[in-house]
Amino acid sequence: MIVTTEKLTKRYGDRAVVDGVSLSVRRGEVYGFLGPNGAGKTTTIRMLLGLVKPTSGTARVLGEAPGTPKALLRVGSLIEGPGFYPYLSGRDNLRVHAARRGVRAEQVETALEQVDLLGAAGEKFRRYSLGMKQRLGVAAALLGRPELLVLDEPTNGLDPAGMADMRELVRALAAQGQTVLLSSHLLGEVEEICDRVGVIANGKLVAESTVDQLRGDTVLLVRADPIEKAHVLVEGSELHGDVLHVREADTGALVRTLVHADVDVLEVRPLRRTLEEVFFEMTGAA
Amino acid sequence: MGSVKAELLRLWKWPATWVLIGVWLVMTLSFGYVFNYIALDGGGNARGMSQQQLVSAMQPENVGAAVVRGLPMFGGAIILVLAALAVGSGYGWGTWKTTLTAGPSRVSAMAGTLGALAVVVVVLVALTFAADLAAAVTVASLEGWDWSLPGWAAVEALGASLLIAAMWTAFGVFLGVVTKGPALAVGLGLMWAVVTENLLRGVGSLLGPVESLTEVLPGGTAGNLAGAVGGSGAPGVLTNLSGTTAALLLLGYVVVFTGAATLLKVRRDLV
Repeated sequence: MIVTTEKLTKRYGDRAVVDGVSLSVRRGEVYGFLGPNGAGKTTTIRMLLGLVKPTSGTARVLGEAPGTPKALLRVGSLIEGPGFYPYLSGRDNLRVHAARRGVRAEQVETALEQVDLLGAAGEKFRRYSLGMKQRLGVAAALLGRPELLVLDEPTNGLDPAGMADMRELVRALAAQGQTVLLSSHLLGEVEEICDRVGVIANGKLVAESTVDQLRGDTVLLVRADPIEKAHVLVEGSELHGDVLHVREADTGALVRTLVHADVDVLEVRPLRRTLEEVFFEMTGAA
Repeated sequence: MGSVKAELLRLWKWPATWVLIGVWLVMTLSFGYVFNYIALDGGGNARGMSQQQLVSAMQPENVGAAVVRGLPMFGGAIILVLAALAVGSGYGWGTWKTTLTAGPSRVSAMAGTLGALAVVVVVLVALTFAADLAAAVTVASLEGWDWSLPGWAAVEALGASLLIAAMWTAFGVFLGVVTKGPALAVGLGLMWAVVTENLLRGVGSLLGPVESLTEVLPGGTAGNLAGAVGGSGAPGVLTNLSGTTAALLLLGYVVVFTGAATLLKVRRDLV
């Protein structure tokens, strides 16, 4: 495991912002950390990076205590938007960051190239668009070729093309074996690029599994006439208005059964909950 | 060393660093040489200084005293503003977050900031010395005075200048960390350096214990050290403590301010 937490909790006064979160990120995976705004994602990440001290519970990052130089030098991070000196150019900002990380200056150019910012590297950071700032933040996170990349809402402020580029970059990094902890509230993004996800709501981790497992089994949607007769004929079916939901069914056998019983089959198609539906179900219930 | 190098790189390229150093150089040259020279050459001598005193104040051999006498109040205030801005701005820009997740421990990160500011302070004192020396030599040459280069006393004055500047830097760093922003840190610092201590000195003329207290406050101590190494004729310069006592007190302030700032930085959450 690259990251493990055990009952990690952060309280401000009586309010638990993060409440007993136990999660694990495996080496080489892209782990999506999902949750609505204010759910506790960023506070959890801040605890993993040592910016915020937990009230209780434990966490290990790459086998080390969070926030120690041993851990931080092996982690690249972008938390809640990039923090850079506005009067320095993008390149100089990365040089400053590289000096802090003890990384050779040549890596700055590589990182700029990776996020497609070489052309604007000489411009002052304050003149960058939000998307360029975000990409510079990712470039900073890539310096030193960290074992773990922690990206908190990396596509914030990016236009659709920029978002696609960022997803492609994360995919490419994952393909090279890079472990990524990606926090987001953009479900499509997570669904597309993450191997596993943790869902947090009101400070509590309400689910942790693969996207497939979270979305659950595929059910068959059957529209037939008369629907009541079909409901009686198909064992285990659930009637939802004027359609049936059938789990673990052999489609061919099901259609034959209905047709032999003189039921008109109007529509049969697989139906699967989207991650969005699962997310709202979980976070609404939490 | 990486932290010091990183901080130096960003302070070196920060316009505020050079603007504040420039403002200080203009002030020290104006009040130390330009106005004195005008007064010397037939202008009104409002401070009641004799011609001999004016000549002495502008002699190249007294450049050390010229450097140190400006630092207890106005020079100190400028250095304090620079340090408070350097540290406090990092909270608004989010650069402390970037720094503290880059790898170095919090103590190393603070040491980097303090180390880089120390280099800036050395540069500021060195530039002040060079500018004052150039002005003094120019005036002496224009007036045809016999002059000599500064001696050992200048080294002592420059050492005192560095200690005074270090104290104001540490004070600014402390305020930047405590207030977690540049505006309040600068406001409080200026208020203290330029207003509060002067008001307390005014009250001190009525109340003995307050007067004794003002001697050992940061500005008062700095003024006493400046006075002990020959600085005179400038606001904030005092002569009530020995040089050793003032130097030890200033050293104490440097340790307390940097220690408290580092402790806060290490213990406090960065949210």
